[in-house]
Amino acid sequence: MSVPARTLRATPGQTVGPFFAYGVEYDRMNQVVHPFAPGAVLLGGTVYDGAGAPVPDAFLEIFAADSDGRMPRVRGAFRRDDHTFAGFGRAFTNDDGRYEFFVRNPGAGAGHPALFAAIVFARGLPDKLHTRIYLPDDPDSLASDPFLASLEGAEQATLIAERRPDGSLQHDIRLQGENETVFLAF
Amino acid sequence: MTPPPAPAPESLTDTPVRASQADITAEIDALHRSFEQRELSGERLPSTVHDFPAYRSSVLRHPTKNLKLVDPETIELLSPAFGQRDVAAIESDLTIQHAGEPLGERMTVSGRVTDSWGRPVANQLIEVWQANSAGRYIHQRDQHPAPLDPNFTGAGRLITDDAGEYTFTTIKPGPYPWKNHVNAWRPAHIHFSVFGSSFTQRLVTQMYFPGDPLFALDPILNTIWRQKDRDSLIAVYDHELTSPEWTTGYRFDIVVDGPDATWFENDDERGEQS
Repeated sequence: MSVPARTLRATPGQTVGPFFAYGVEYDRMNQVVHPFAPGAVLLGGTVYDGAGAPVPDAFLEIFAADSDGRMPRVRGAFRRDDHTFAGFGRAFTNDDGRYEFFVRNPGAGAGHPALFAAIVFARGLPDKLHTRIYLPDDPDSLASDPFLASLEGAEQATLIAERRPDGSLQHDIRLQGENETVFLAF
Repeated sequence: MTPPPAPAPESLTDTPVRASQADITAEIDALHRSFEQRELSGERLPSTVHDFPAYRSSVLRHPTKNLKLVDPETIELLSPAFGQRDVAAIESDLTIQHAGEPLGERMTVSGRVTDSWGRPVANQLIEVWQANSAGRYIHQRDQHPAPLDPNFTGAGRLITDDAGEYTFTTIKPGPYPWKNHVNAWRPAHIHFSVFGSSFTQRLVTQMYFPGDPLFALDPILNTIWRQKDRDSLIAVYDHELTSPEWTTGYRFDIVVDGPDATWFENDDERGEQS
């Protein structure tokens, strides 16, 4: 089946501006799973600008499969009940530019490495930026991914989180400059 | 222990030597001309450009490399699921969230969210936030010396219905000054955060009001470099939406766009609905 021509022009995006906090904050928004749930893992990092300064007025959104690779299709990301897996989270950066989520390790799909889909918004960023956060644990799966293979080594590294000894995931976002994060167009 | 001081507000972190409005307007015009030239020479440019130095705080925050074109993964073709029960009715009326009525021009904003094929985006979340009628945000870092309104917060949430339609009641926000350059004023606007049927369709944008004299002066609106795209963010006054003795009505339709693959995803079973 072929895709018909688009009939409507897309509404363009704009920056979230400086004052988004009271508009988009909600209770436990960064808890994709409850922090004390079995298998809960901390995913955190810092957002940096082109001068290497932390960005304190950004937010990230992530969306990912459950540990068994199943895609989240149920409500519950907005009103957390602490047992439904809805797969979505949102985290503001703090005054040090750091964001944190409580997540489960997403499972890999058929022939695809495990990943979080992610979007970055910030004051000073004229439109959203899509990126991905891949899990580092299965090098073979990462090596066989055609998209990652199309990137240079240094670019690849900007998309792969680091697993810390305590099991947490560390992943910085660099909006500009050296080791600039790879951002995506679809 | 004293908490560390909050980072400086936008007013203090931006460059100390600030341009005039005439400088900024000239920069905007030159940028628009350069994008028109690039498009004429065959380059494909997004509707909103990230590299737009007339918007000063973007200078160190925009990526310098081209976005990498990628086939969406399954998760990127799905969207978090929402339903009517995710928001309370009070959240779609920004004028009844306090003991008294907010000051300002009461209005109804209504519209339809579709994808670029015109199919409704049903049961999805829209978040809105805005300044009050004096142009003041409730955010603590907004230092604009206009009054806060004890009866107005300026944040709302809505869920689109089966036809993709949404409606909310609010008061018209005022324009407000900022520190991008000397005598910089943002045209009055309402921020919109919209979830499409696919994560790739996620949209954060701003809605403006017809006839605002500040449009051509505003570096943020003009990060959208084509006139017809900027025009699509301007709500349309709709007398059919206006209710007698009560509110004026504005219509703002939203089109979320995603890659071709989103054409096929739309008919999938949705998550649990309201």
